[in-house]
Amino acid sequence: MLKIEQLSKVFYPNTVNEKVAIEYLNLNVAPGDFVTVVGSNGSGKSTLFNLIGGTYPVTGGKIFLDGKDVTNKAEYKRAFTVGRIFQDPTVGTAAKMSIEDNMITALRKGMRYLTVSLNSEKRVLFKEELKQLSMGLEDRLKDNVGLLSGGQRQALTLLMTVLSRPKMLLLDEHTAALDPRNAQIVMDLTMEFIKKYKLTTLMVTHNMQHAIDFGNRLIMMDEGNIILDLSEEEKKDLTVSKLVTMFKSIKKKDFTSDETLLTT
Amino acid sequence: MLEGIFVDGLIFSIMVIGVLISYRILDFADLTCDGSFATGAAVATMALTAKMGLFTALLLAGLAGAVAGIITAAIHNELKVPGLLAGILTMTMLYSINIRILGGRANVPLLRVETLYTKFPTIFSFLNSSWALLVGTLIIVVIAKSVVDIFFRTDLGISIGALGSNEQMIVSLGINPKVLKIIGMGFSNALIAFSGGLLAQYQGFADANLGQGMVVQGLAAIMIGEFLFDSNRISLITLRVVFGAIIYKALMFLGRYYGYHINLTPSDLKLLTGILVIISLIIAQTRSAASSMDARKKALKRNKMRHDQKKGDIKNA
Repeated sequence: MLKIEQLSKVFYPNTVNEKVAIEYLNLNVAPGDFVTVVGSNGSGKSTLFNLIGGTYPVTGGKIFLDGKDVTNKAEYKRAFTVGRIFQDPTVGTAAKMSIEDNMITALRKGMRYLTVSLNSEKRVLFKEELKQLSMGLEDRLKDNVGLLSGGQRQALTLLMTVLSRPKMLLLDEHTAALDPRNAQIVMDLTMEFIKKYKLTTLMVTHNMQHAIDFGNRLIMMDEGNIILDLSEEEKKDLTVSKLVTMFKSIKKKDFTSDETLLTT
Repeated sequence: MLEGIFVDGLIFSIMVIGVLISYRILDFADLTCDGSFATGAAVATMALTAKMGLFTALLLAGLAGAVAGIITAAIHNELKVPGLLAGILTMTMLYSINIRILGGRANVPLLRVETLYTKFPTIFSFLNSSWALLVGTLIIVVIAKSVVDIFFRTDLGISIGALGSNEQMIVSLGINPKVLKIIGMGFSNALIAFSGGLLAQYQGFADANLGQGMVVQGLAAIMIGEFLFDSNRISLITLRVVFGAIIYKALMFLGRYYGYHINLTPSDLKLLTGILVIISLIIAQTRSAASSMDARKKALKRNKMRHDQKKGDIKNA
């Protein structure tokens, strides 16, 4: 589904600010895989997602999505395969438009034409879909999305993202900005949709327990590379403290600051 | 007299709907309209003097405006400059082009030429001539407004609205935002130029300086409209724009007509317009501050009530 070969990304090349964000990274994700990605701040997780999604051009290497070379494809073209959800709940929805307008826009990918798709049939469909969120949004189709809470917006973003049926999901700490209760709701919904639509998923998280509990593969990133890649078998009896010990033994250094980052 | 204000306001309202599309819907601070309004007037005037027919004249005016808007969007898209700068560039270039269109003159009259406004009295011969102009203009505005309303109910129109609210969302849906900007800006400036073409026929001449200050006037009308009522439905938003445009023209008329009592001259109207926009902004700000203050007070009151109740419960227990 996703194949990354010798990917590298250097910010501000050949200047005093040169920063290597991704260093010869290789990754192969099989269809249907759910990979959780962990790593301390600045390890390159978000940069990796931005490179896969197409926000930044790559410095070197190749990216294949669904068997096709997308290394030089624009972000909006990759969006046909990849659905992304960001940490910020405001990024995924249009605040100045009603819920139904947001949903009709999200119903499919690609350019729009002078057709009117929003009709009573679609409204019934939207109500059905919104009921899955159990947030009472099905009665607020005509309300502007800007009136919703962060948790409701992120749940709606999730629903809209799967509505357009991407093959792959990139979740960039998508529950990190929510309170624990809403984070749980959004996470449960995420799992439900991933199972229902068999989505290949990459999920960045700072919550070690989530990283261990969810998915069938865990990768840990550090300094722009993958330093640990655990399969479903290896993940089975993993605990947070074991993971931190592994991290330390690989780094062979005592990163107190990293430990606090990883365990919280 | 009164009919004149309405005709003026109605013609102006089509331009304001154009400004609404760029400023409010696309969130694109577009100054092209200062140039494209005069372009529309110039193109319509020259087409009419060349006896091309009323329909062709207005069509060409709209097309010329669309091209101007597309150029602004293309400069913004391809050279990655802010929309404001792109608009100023096009507007400045259009000034020269408008004089070229007018055959090297800054002002071309429509004398002894058949225009929409010489024709309206014969079409609506059952009305007196000033009412005929009003009815004719009203029909055109209703058509233009309906086209805009329908456009923004289509999938394409909704996606343009989404672009103005959140560009990342459009990219995530596999739509090239550059294409949407070109379509939106083209449509916006087509309406602006169409309105210019109408105004030239109504006042009987085209002038290279006709568009000066149009953006600010348009914004003033939009803001006046926003005081009238609140809505997220496009048909009501365009309706309040039409009302705002007429109220604006009426205010300016009052300024012109009664202004001499306080020594106002027509050249002071631009100052008045600017002050009007500033006052609108101040009112909008105090309003939102007041409503959030009100909400805070209510929340505090509710909290206090809950707190008191809890205390009471504890005491009772």
